[in-house]
Amino acid sequence: MPVIETPVTLTPSDAGLTDAEVHRIRNDFPILGTEVNGRPLVYLDSGATSQNPVSVMEAEQEFYEQRNAAVHRGAHSLAVDATDAYEDARAAVARFIGARTNELVWTSNATEGINLVAYAMSNASLGRGGDTARRFAVGPGDSIVVTELEHHANLIPWQELAARTGAELRFIPVDDAGALRLDEARQVITSSTRMVAFSHASNVLGTISPVAEIVGLAREVGALTLLDACQSVPHLPVDVKALDVDFLVFSGHKMLGPTGIGALYGRAELLNAMPPFLTGGSMITTVTMQGAEYLPSPNRFEAGTQRISQAVALGAAANYLAETGMERIEAWEATLGRRLVAGLEAIDGVRVLGPRADQPRIGLAAFDVDGVHAHDVGQFLDDQGIAVRVGHHCAQPLHRRLGLTATTRASTYLYTTTDEVDAFLAAVAQVRPFFGAE
Amino acid sequence: MSSGLEQLYQQIILDHAKARHGSPLAAYDGDGRVGESHQLNPVCGDEITLRAAVLDGSVAAVTWDGAGCAISMASASVLADLVQGLPRDEAITLVDAFREVMRSRGRIEADEEVLGDAAAFSGVSRFPARVKCAMLAWVALEESLLAANG
Repeated sequence: MPVIETPVTLTPSDAGLTDAEVHRIRNDFPILGTEVNGRPLVYLDSGATSQNPVSVMEAEQEFYEQRNAAVHRGAHSLAVDATDAYEDARAAVARFIGARTNELVWTSNATEGINLVAYAMSNASLGRGGDTARRFAVGPGDSIVVTELEHHANLIPWQELAARTGAELRFIPVDDAGALRLDEARQVITSSTRMVAFSHASNVLGTISPVAEIVGLAREVGALTLLDACQSVPHLPVDVKALDVDFLVFSGHKMLGPTGIGALYGRAELLNAMPPFLTGGSMITTVTMQGAEYLPSPNRFEAGTQRISQAVALGAAANYLAETGMERIEAWEATLGRRLVAGLEAIDGVRVLGPRADQPRIGLAAFDVDGVHAHDVGQFLDDQGIAVRVGHHCAQPLHRRLGLTATTRASTYLYTTTDEVDAFLAAVAQVRPFFGAE
Repeated sequence: MSSGLEQLYQQIILDHAKARHGSPLAAYDGDGRVGESHQLNPVCGDEITLRAAVLDGSVAAVTWDGAGCAISMASASVLADLVQGLPRDEAITLVDAFREVMRSRGRIEADEEVLGDAAAFSGVSRFPARVKCAMLAWVALEESLLAANG
């Protein structure tokens, strides 16, 4: 197996976690000790979904074994216990991102969070929510702004909102390297703009968006802002108040939590003025045969029986991350990211998307292997027990802009070792020879 | 690397992935009827446009344009060789036979007498995520022949 020499060396000061700590952390994740195709699993697909520590799985099991009941209804002791567990989890996750508890709405995932806001705006555009909801209304002559590097989840809900209301959808373009064109943003975000929705960290490029600059432009014209934080909340310290965004969404399964749970953050005064999306039980104050009045946030957006055990488990995941320390996780992944990019760039015929190794990025790299389709790259790596993502990563417009249809993506997390990154690099170096790419 | 990988990527597949017989797509100006089909695998972006001409009940020409993985491109190349000159009905039977092998999860070994070079794709059936890659051109042929009939 060829050895890849990378110019990156680890020093304790910039590495955040130490190798020894990462190995201790790995013991909390049973799946990381398994084998795939007769080889130790090298899991480099945390950008798609992360693995779960024992404490998260135990939190969910313990809930079902000892506290399971409907929340916010019924007066029996078990229902009180279940409600406490559910609301404690909300407080933990809210604290994790610097939000107040009533500003944290449970959703199925980030996609649902974005759709919730888009449909609430749709409802406001139809006059629902009255005068206080008018700030969410859009129609002909208004514009909604996204960027060219968005995940489909932060693009299609806005396309649909524009189509339903007659508003115009615009986007901030990227340059040839995939960086957002801030110079263009000023022409795109104008006085007609009602919403600016964009990614905090790109799930393809690993770049961090210039949040302060974009939020500043949106504020100047009185537009709302929504940040897709799927790839940032799990990987770096996020403080919603410091970011000064109006809404922010993320998914639980990318941050050591279970599937089926995510969250929407919104500034309290906005959430309390916004009409609901899903309606039904548990979100009302008074109901007559003619109409209903709604609870304040967060309950007004949580109709029907909720994802209680998943919320409890996500609370445990947030606590696990907070105890490990998000600054240290960020630093560790930045080190891994530099190692990934430097190693990939050293391989003949491999082109890394996005910024070079010396630029800031999360611990993630998507790349093209000249003459070999991403699906074949992924299959070759899987044969060695290495799990990566292949395809367009739900970002077809960005791939098209960069002249590609599919790429391979390796993404790391707090449990990823430098040995795993090196094993991955050594395997990638074998890909073109195997397929006879010239 | 494991024998599984070598079963999947047999040399004949790697060779066809580069040779791409029947590609690029060509205009057909002979007699007979022409059908065309565009197929897309949204999971990985594999894409093919295939054109088949039928004359006197037989496949007179098959050409295609495609972009995709080695499995999908090799499969299209092998298919173009196999069905050239074949009676239309036999071409459709061939598609059915190939599909049966692909969907078998490795339980049905391809009959080389029937499937010729396409028997090399038997290993693909053990990789459910790749079956659609192998089937892409065959589905395109099926649709093209249907269109040429209509």
